Amino acid sequence: MKMKKFDTSVKKVDNEEKMSGRAIFTGDIQMDDAYFAIQVRSEKAHAKLKGIYVPKLPKDYYFISAKDIVKENVVNIIASDWPVFADKKVNYIGEAIGLIVGPDKGMCMYLASLVKGEYEELEPVFEMKNSYVHKEFTKGDVSKFKSAKKVFSEEFTTGYQEQVYLEPQAMLMYIQNDQIVVKASMQCPFYIHKAIMRTLGCKEKDVRVIQPAVGGAFGGKEHYPSLMAAQLATAIVKIKKPIKMFFDRKEDITYTTKRHPSKTEISAYVDAKNNIIGVKIHVGIDGGAYVGCSMVVLSRALIAATNTYTFENVSVSGDAYCTNKVPSAAFRGFGSPQSIFAFELFINHLADYLKVDRMELRMKYLVKQGDITSTSGLFRDPIILKELVDKAMEMSDYKHKVKLYSKEKSYRGIGLSMFLHGCGFTGSGESDLIKAQLRIKKDKNDIVTFYTSQVDFGQGNRTTLKRIVVDTLGIPEDHVIYDAPDTNETLSTGPTAASRTIIIVGGLAAKAAQHLKSIWKDGEEQEIVEPYVGPAYIKWDEATMQGDAYPGYAWGVNIVEVSVDPVTYEVNVEGCWSTYDVGHAIDERIIMGQADGGLAQALGWAYLEKEVAENGMFKQRTMSDYAIPTSMDLPVLETEVLDNPFKYGAFGAKGAGELTFVGGAPAFALALEQAIGKKVHDIPATPEYIMELMNHEN
Amino acid sequence: MKISFVINNKKVSLDVEPSMRLLDVIRNELHLTGTKEGCGEGECGACTVLINEEPVNSCLYPAINAANKNIMTIEGFRETNEYRVIADAFADRGGSQCGFCTPGMILVTYSLLKKNPHPSEEEIRFALSGNLCRCTGYQAIVDAVKVAAVKGIKL
Repeated sequence: MKMKKFDTSVKKVDNEEKMSGRAIFTGDIQMDDAYFAIQVRSEKAHAKLKGIYVPKLPKDYYFISAKDIVKENVVNIIASDWPVFADKKVNYIGEAIGLIVGPDKGMCMYLASLVKGEYEELEPVFEMKNSYVHKEFTKGDVSKFKSAKKVFSEEFTTGYQEQVYLEPQAMLMYIQNDQIVVKASMQCPFYIHKAIMRTLGCKEKDVRVIQPAVGGAFGGKEHYPSLMAAQLATAIVKIKKPIKMFFDRKEDITYTTKRHPSKTEISAYVDAKNNIIGVKIHVGIDGGAYVGCSMVVLSRALIAATNTYTFENVSVSGDAYCTNKVPSAAFRGFGSPQSIFAFELFINHLADYLKVDRMELRMKYLVKQGDITSTSGLFRDPIILKELVDKAMEMSDYKHKVKLYSKEKSYRGIGLSMFLHGCGFTGSGESDLIKAQLRIKKDKNDIVTFYTSQVDFGQGNRTTLKRIVVDTLGIPEDHVIYDAPDTNETLSTGPTAASRTIIIVGGLAAKAAQHLKSIWKDGEEQEIVEPYVGPAYIKWDEATMQGDAYPGYAWGVNIVEVSVDPVTYEVNVEGCWSTYDVGHAIDERIIMGQADGGLAQALGWAYLEKEVAENGMFKQRTMSDYAIPTSMDLPVLETEVLDNPFKYGAFGAKGAGELTFVGGAPAFALALEQAIGKKVHDIPATPEYIMELMNHEN
Repeated sequence: MKISFVINNKKVSLDVEPSMRLLDVIRNELHLTGTKEGCGEGECGACTVLINEEPVNSCLYPAINAANKNIMTIEGFRETNEYRVIADAFADRGGSQCGFCTPGMILVTYSLLKKNPHPSEEEIRFALSGNLCRCTGYQAIVDAVKVAAVKGIKL
């Protein structure tokens, strides 16, 4: 693809509507005759559901449950194990056993509180011990581990994280022109579309999904809206009234999907000359009551498990565990932040154990172009990680500070993380599963309209995708129309996930626009459907997890500086410096927005955001209890993007959305380690945790 | 009970229940949906409105307390020259991503700059700290406030 240099940022297309309050989010849609739906939820973590007591309902109020399922009581997620409504058994506190639907919200809430499940309790499981997905692969010859003279092993844990998109889950459903119409806060219109088709057994044309403005998502609106849609669809075919289901913040935090907690065990096998013969890694993630998408989250965690380092012999395995808790699902990074956090700390700790310089050991095994990946694929493209490190060090004065803060009782520290993120779906998923198709047309006045199923929930992709088409066609911006997805008009270009929007759909949009340009006839109606064709070199075997896991990789370096108050054990983040290789940044201001936001969210995960389940119930259920970073918690964030155009991306671009989350936690933890002179193995590193570390021998 | 107040320079009178929140009156009775509900407990600031020029979380504010007061929501503020300066600064720095916190952020920015036309970085971060944003990491918003402060002199 022809490379084109973009050196300016353009005005975001949705700026004015969002600043002026004119943007219509789902909750802003006026539909006064809509009924309200309230989920009736299980109070038990694990129990047989023997029956459901429903009080006599007033006129126009309904109870909808598994008995009302039209075709299939399953939510169409990657695994087909999550029921629309619990039937005969409940597997987590908060699982919906039904809906109360009716015209007055207060009355619905009152009635929902009267509905009672009749339960026979079963033994719940809250620990990670029952695996429902196991994956493993090796590289090289792992029998060589036996020849090791030294073995160093450690264990790391990470906690839950709630997305805290500012707009809680919201969905409105109504019937119009014989179609079920859905407007919702969502990431993936066609996931919702398929979920309704599957539970109702209806046809594609019977369902229409339209995307309103979406107030943040971060993975949290990838799968959960499919559950809501399947429930409302079951209700609407019976009631035939518009229905809305809006979660308040407490419901959203308590009952919707979150980032998987993890436990990672790593061993390094070292010979007499301090060469690493190989590493063995096991990653365990807490999937909650249903698999949902956990097998794919696990895949990504495992593929990324050796992070930016190459070893000859590698053994990687992992399990997703079934627990009687709210299912865990997608969240920016999708498993890799957990395993990369562990490996970045581990390799530093290993250096200390071997009594060698930390940076020297990391550089010795740093991945280079032409290296074999942990899944025996190839790092084909130029890797500028060394340049990213040098630049970040220069920006932060790292070398000076790391010496300065190594003095005892400085209570100050600086940490550096390196990381990568595979862009797009795993392996050949883009060509084999997603099969994106982009529709582009032009009318007699030469006005071009194109359609994608990509949702802009803040990332800026509506602006960037439009820009790709405008610049490829070389026509004025106001001659191109690009609206939010409406499944009546849009073909699926796949979900808004996996950092695939620009690298995959952006590339497809450019190709479609070029195609249109090549056959352009002034004053004529023309239409093209452009299918995605992946690079031919991508070969991936999901069963053995061997081959090229991703079409391309984006890279980054974070440096974080902290100070610790030795009396209160509170941490202050004093500075953050980041460098990224996202291929070629099409719009730098948009990339900076991703860089700042991703790092802020990662720092929240590292030390502020604590979510703990006790007996299957989350203890932090409000935004007062679950604290995300405020403007006072963050310093000035300095970021530079280094140019390294990717030949298969649109105008050289790779993915950027998730990458910016991956390195924050390990950089923070390494800084904290230096400040307190102790090793960190667990996050969130709350003051309580830091107090324990500081008051105990390592 | 019946109350009257001025909202966006217009006088309104309406019946409110004693338990009603100002946010519900604004969104459901007056259909001014630029004011958002993010948490319902005064943590996130998405429901920020100005009451007698002071930023207030309308989700915690009983509607009856608004009697005889002067309320400004984003729908009124967007008609002002000050809005234009602040909105342009937000656009310039990339201060709005998903947009759910943005109307509140803009009103808080106005309230800060009115009282303190040349705030320091720390003063800006303190003024914004009652308004949560999950998208930007605040950097672009803080920068936007600085740009607005510089441009504001010319108003």
